[in-house]
Amino acid sequence: MEALGLLMHGFAVLLTWKTLLLMMTGLVLGIFVGVLPGLGGPNGVAILLPLTFTMDPTSAIVMLSCIYWGALFGGAITSILFNIPGEAWSVATTFDGYPMAQQGRAAEALTAAFTSSFIGSLVAVMLITFLAPMISSFALRFGPPEFFAVYLLTFCSFVGLGREAKHKTVISMSLGLLLAGIGMDTVSGQLRMTFGSAELLRGVNFLVAVIGLFGISEILLTMEERLALRGHAAAISLRVVLSVWKDLPKYWVTLFRSSFIGCWLGITPGGAIAASFMGYNLAKRFSKDQDSFGKGRIEGVFAPETAAHASGTAALLPMLALGIPGSGTAAILLGGLMVWGLNPGPLLFVEHKDFVWGLIASMYLGNVVGLVLVLTTVPIFASVLRVPFAAVAPMIVVSCAIGAYAIQNAMFDIWLMLGFGVVGYVFKKIGIPLAPFTLALVLGNRAEDAFRLSMIGAGGDLKVFWSNGLVGSITTLAIVLLFWPVIDKAFGSVTRMVRPAKA
Amino acid sequence: MSNTDIEIVVEDPTAPEADSPEMASVRVVDVVVSLLLLALALTLGFDNWRTGAGWESTGPQPGYFPFYLSIILGGASLYGLVAAFLSRREASESFVTQAQLRRVLAVFVPTVLFCLATQFLGLYVASFLLISCFMCLVGKIAWWKSLLTAFVFTAAMFVTFDIAFDVIMPKGPLEAALGR
Repeated sequence: MEALGLLMHGFAVLLTWKTLLLMMTGLVLGIFVGVLPGLGGPNGVAILLPLTFTMDPTSAIVMLSCIYWGALFGGAITSILFNIPGEAWSVATTFDGYPMAQQGRAAEALTAAFTSSFIGSLVAVMLITFLAPMISSFALRFGPPEFFAVYLLTFCSFVGLGREAKHKTVISMSLGLLLAGIGMDTVSGQLRMTFGSAELLRGVNFLVAVIGLFGISEILLTMEERLALRGHAAAISLRVVLSVWKDLPKYWVTLFRSSFIGCWLGITPGGAIAASFMGYNLAKRFSKDQDSFGKGRIEGVFAPETAAHASGTAALLPMLALGIPGSGTAAILLGGLMVWGLNPGPLLFVEHKDFVWGLIASMYLGNVVGLVLVLTTVPIFASVLRVPFAAVAPMIVVSCAIGAYAIQNAMFDIWLMLGFGVVGYVFKKIGIPLAPFTLALVLGNRAEDAFRLSMIGAGGDLKVFWSNGLVGSITTLAIVLLFWPVIDKAFGSVTRMVRPAKA
Repeated sequence: MSNTDIEIVVEDPTAPEADSPEMASVRVVDVVVSLLLLALALTLGFDNWRTGAGWESTGPQPGYFPFYLSIILGGASLYGLVAAFLSRREASESFVTQAQLRRVLAVFVPTVLFCLATQFLGLYVASFLLISCFMCLVGKIAWWKSLLTAFVFTAAMFVTFDIAFDVIMPKGPLEAALGR
């Protein structure tokens, strides 16, 4: 129970007025970002990251993770009141949330959404509290070969298990890895792919790319849409909250199932989007009254919201324990860690105890504060949508530029951000996924270093990746996952060939 | 239950028309992007081959990884090129319509101008210009509202970053004249 003691210590670190104030600021900014069209979790965190550069790492991560929680809460507001999912993972929430609002039960639906988000995150945070220290202490025994194998596993599972066209995932990932390699080679000190440009010497900064890819491109995409909207306003009264909470125990199976799905998909790179749909579909399948789904059933709000939040939170587990982000937002937080001079990975739990446990404690606290905050302030945030987009768009552009410049104090980065904005816009429209790109860009150098260090250690012998049981099984698993679609198909045809023979 | 009958209504007068003619299909863009990626892969691949893409006794040379990555990237984009030519389904999808493109450019062009202005006038002056002009000209919002919003936002940014957090932004002649 060392974890509990450390967690208590984490709470002690957090419970100062300054941190609580930062938390509130982060949550408000996050909800704001989640409600606004064309912005969401990863964009919000990326744009607001520069605000935290001058803070100490603990305050910074507390504020950033609160922005993230806030954005997760904010997405539910627009999907229920306006039938506009602020995020892709809120799509499933609109199925039953919006009909409820139309029937005049908006307050109920919102309470259900916020409460289930809270439960989902709570389950995932508890998982992190107990699992992360164990995984990281296990990972402390890892050498470069093991780390490379884990990175390989991450990359391969993206290609093998992703839903997009395989060649598009490969394009996205190899492009990310290539851009990560620009600049000085860390092992030999030689310059690579700089073409004599002094600006490229620094390399392509991960955060600059993210701000362009998610911030600028999202504004371009939003402008294409028709921005008119009609929705319901809602105020939540204490009576409604209590009546929804009283009914909660009835839905414990749904809540538990969704939390489990969310945690599982959050750790593996399945993501919150898949989790929310799976949560919804399973709740529907196991329900006795399937037809009532989609017509304003409260369970249809509980199921996807719990799963989405559990997965969004669980995505931080591999980031903290192994230094491998489970989602786009986690990747940006990881980029933040590096800016503050922290080296993500298992050593974080040993070298920066205060920081890690402060972060985990802030997940508990941020969720409680966030729940209270959204329940009381929904009407204000719903009216944020009245602000015309013509006023919001240029402000977002300015924030993006400030963010991109602040990272390395380079004007070149502002132009780079603009370029990535166009790339992101085009990629999103032709279906090249951005998540593998982000992941490759943030992990590229670390993966290459791990590979080359293990090569130096083993004298250039590739057999080192099968030198013991642990690294061997991870490497093999990675290769199996890479070719999973092929293996799956082969298995399918074999069973099909066998079955008619039996019959 | 509660007072849910109050509706929030936001109009969008300059929304793109639904029946606007198509500017490019997904297939065309797919082909163009694949060609660009292929060119990029070739350039980077050549550069890395020059750096040294061999295998030494202690493992790969600096250019080894990027060289093979360029080959993977080139291969995947070639596959994409062929797939785009063969596909029937994507041919019918529209990448962008005329009206949509007009709206996208209405944001993109000011953003480019903003970046240019940042280089010469400094970030704060540029953001004041961007917000006020964009609200007034593109959003058709009353000029005094636009100017006021732009001023308040820019001032807030200046106070937050320059004074409170000491994050230095590019500055121009105006800041120099004011002695900041």
